[in-house]
Amino acid sequence: MASNGIRDRVAIVGMGCTRFGEHWDKSVADLLVDATSECFASTPNLPKEEVDAYWLGTVGSGVSGLTLSRVLKTDYKPVTRVENFCATGSEAFRNACYAVACGAYDRVMAVGVEKLKDSGFSGLVVDRPVEDGTTPSLSAPARFSLLAPAYASRYGVGTEKMRDVLTRIAWKNHQNGARNRRAQFQTPVSMETIASSPPVAGSLGIFDCSGVSDGAAAALVVRAEDAHQYTDQPVYVKALSFVAGPAEGSLLPDYDYTTFDEVTRCAADAYAQAGVTSPRREISMAEVHDCFTPTELVLMEDLGFSERGEAWRDVLEGFFDLEGELPVNPDGGLKSFGHPIGASGLRMLFEMWLQLRGEAGERQIKAPRLGLTHNLGGQPGDCVSFVSIVGADRG
Amino acid sequence: MTGILRYGAYLPAFRLDRGDIGAALGTSAGRGRRTVACYDEDTTSLGVEAARRAMSGNGRKPATLHFATTLPAYADKTNATAIHAALALDSDCFAGDMVGAVRGGFGAIRAAAQSSGLAVLSDIRTGLPGSADERTGGDAATAFLFGDGDSVIAELLATASSTAEFLDRWRAPGELASHVWEERFGVEMYLPLVTETVIRALAAAGVEQADHVVVSSPHLRAARAAVARFPSETVAGGLDGEVGNSGAADVGLQLADVLDRARPNQTILVVLAADGCDVAVLRTTGALPGNRPALSVRDQVGAGQPVSYGSYLTWRGLLPREPPRRPDPRPPSPPASARSHAWKFGLVGCRCRRCETAHLPPTRVCVRCGAVDEMSPERFADRRGRVATCTVDRLTFSMAPPVIAAIVDFDEGGRLACEVADARPDDIRIGTRVEMTFRRLHTADGIHNYFWKARPVEDH
Repeated sequence: MASNGIRDRVAIVGMGCTRFGEHWDKSVADLLVDATSECFASTPNLPKEEVDAYWLGTVGSGVSGLTLSRVLKTDYKPVTRVENFCATGSEAFRNACYAVACGAYDRVMAVGVEKLKDSGFSGLVVDRPVEDGTTPSLSAPARFSLLAPAYASRYGVGTEKMRDVLTRIAWKNHQNGARNRRAQFQTPVSMETIASSPPVAGSLGIFDCSGVSDGAAAALVVRAEDAHQYTDQPVYVKALSFVAGPAEGSLLPDYDYTTFDEVTRCAADAYAQAGVTSPRREISMAEVHDCFTPTELVLMEDLGFSERGEAWRDVLEGFFDLEGELPVNPDGGLKSFGHPIGASGLRMLFEMWLQLRGEAGERQIKAPRLGLTHNLGGQPGDCVSFVSIVGADRG
Repeated sequence: MTGILRYGAYLPAFRLDRGDIGAALGTSAGRGRRTVACYDEDTTSLGVEAARRAMSGNGRKPATLHFATTLPAYADKTNATAIHAALALDSDCFAGDMVGAVRGGFGAIRAAAQSSGLAVLSDIRTGLPGSADERTGGDAATAFLFGDGDSVIAELLATASSTAEFLDRWRAPGELASHVWEERFGVEMYLPLVTETVIRALAAAGVEQADHVVVSSPHLRAARAAVARFPSETVAGGLDGEVGNSGAADVGLQLADVLDRARPNQTILVVLAADGCDVAVLRTTGALPGNRPALSVRDQVGAGQPVSYGSYLTWRGLLPREPPRRPDPRPPSPPASARSHAWKFGLVGCRCRRCETAHLPPTRVCVRCGAVDEMSPERFADRRGRVATCTVDRLTFSMAPPVIAAIVDFDEGGRLACEVADARPDDIRIGTRVEMTFRRLHTADGIHNYFWKARPVEDH
């Protein structure tokens, strides 16, 4: 895959992120104001008037750039609204970075927002275009639950062992979220509770699913050479990769539901851009798209953190714990931080921002060098994937 | 020689025990079981299943298609066109309805016999809770392909009809159940009509005494009285206890049951007493034994799975239940459905002429080799496959949760993600053999969303 990358050409100089959760008292506009205000407050030298352009990511909480410009009362600036399934927030960030890297603008903001709790529905509801009625109307947990039996069967992991692995992933992410005042769920959850939670789809219980929530996050991006005008501790973008798959997995019997080909390709591209050759050793920490527990399991292999068929052992051995060799979802992940779709990609970067600047408090990982965020949208066999790699040092 | 070339019968998978009705309502509802169409079936989908069985392995396409039911899925719009599309028949094949009354069943047979056509008889019999119609009715569909030549399995020797206007049962359009007059009235009206019409038909056929006699009537007591006039060894019967009277499909179901076991060169007298009387006389041929459907009526009577009275009432719209906190299903777009009718109704996918890769749904660009517009249409409706992986969805909307979904890999290539019908979660696992079945996924804004589901199948 050919991409030139924009390694070390742009930097994040400010960020904001609301608490994620059931914000019965906050509108989409409130969430946007909260996240962007915090972002501007973190960068006193870069007020709203100085921002040249905006990218707004939301799946269903608004249409067009007006969703942001009306709320922030921006001064006749360009605002681009983007949507790319659950990777929407990452997509807003990616396009904002490219705008700076290509020289079109010097100071831009990427914002992601989603308000899911006004619908009254359980789980995720995404409006699809009208069609001929032949697309199966399966819920998201059902689609992702297909990974678990396929993985267990391919690698000979017994049913009980597989349950332990999925439980361990949810338990770890709740442990991490319990140390995060912005997370939707801040109470540790016992393995017994997770393992015996009410069934939702396939072998997945309610505690295998990410939190449905409201939230927003924002990032200010500038040219890398300008970064120190705004902050002493910028976060540099090392790699940005995005893949939209051709839906091979939904068409071809070759696909066996134990991997996301889109993620494998996307990760390889990102590693090439960043010059990473051994992700298991070189990546200090990762925020990944743990929409459901088996997703995180499979991602550990697709991102090259574990050998094929070995991620389940790494999970059980605590390799991805906050205190482990490669902490994954230190902020609690989608599982416990919550998943307001359009905001999630930027929320992942927010954790990288805190960790790389040493501001993650009791979650602080020791001397992280490179952080990876991974964001996914769609379903196994037919999805979009985003990977970013960011670091505290400009190479 | 003109007559039946092929036939098929379809009994839905579910059985309601009459004892459960009695237990729920505190009444006596008799013994035995009735067949019950699943929540995702209607008379159109039942008809498709019966017609597929009649057409299976048959190279001859019907010139016409005539559909009969008392409970059409649509009014003002032809229902036979959906069956026509599901069978992937040519557009020059006429397809029309004879809907509203039981007598339409015979009408469809008459019309098909006169036009080398396909008669599709289908019904879902409803009644108010505790009614005789509820406990004595049954859901079923049958189909008969007519034509000429040596491959006729039962020659149509003669037909005769009598017509009479009187009210022994009626239903205003839209009502959930029928009204009936007191029973003896119908008996008195029907018996002379049957006697007179049978005499005319037998005379026209030159047959003195038929080897098999089938008598169908929505007036069960009249049917029993009429049957008593024939030698008992010639009378078929025997489906009321385990199936029930299947309305417009009943005369066809009883005929199919006789064809399942009749020997060559035997005569069959078929009598329908409904708003008059219609009689047909047939003679089986040597082609019959080799041209029966894979599943007999009795095979299907012996199969099936129980459905609770509560579920039955819910499926028929008589007991609304709390829906999940999920959005209501949305109707399919009519233009989108029209564009993709071959796919949606006929399960016609495509295969790349360059690299042989099968695609469901059909697509213009090959996922494997990238060729553009090099696809040939290919029908998957009658193919079998295996479950590549599967899940149980307890969140998504269904009249009968949980939804079971499977990724199906067809034996000849091609993959489809779809729902699984007529199965419990334990019935489906990786490797389970499945066939396809035509269903009504849901109804929204008055539009029925028809598409295919997988169904587990015994496969040796």
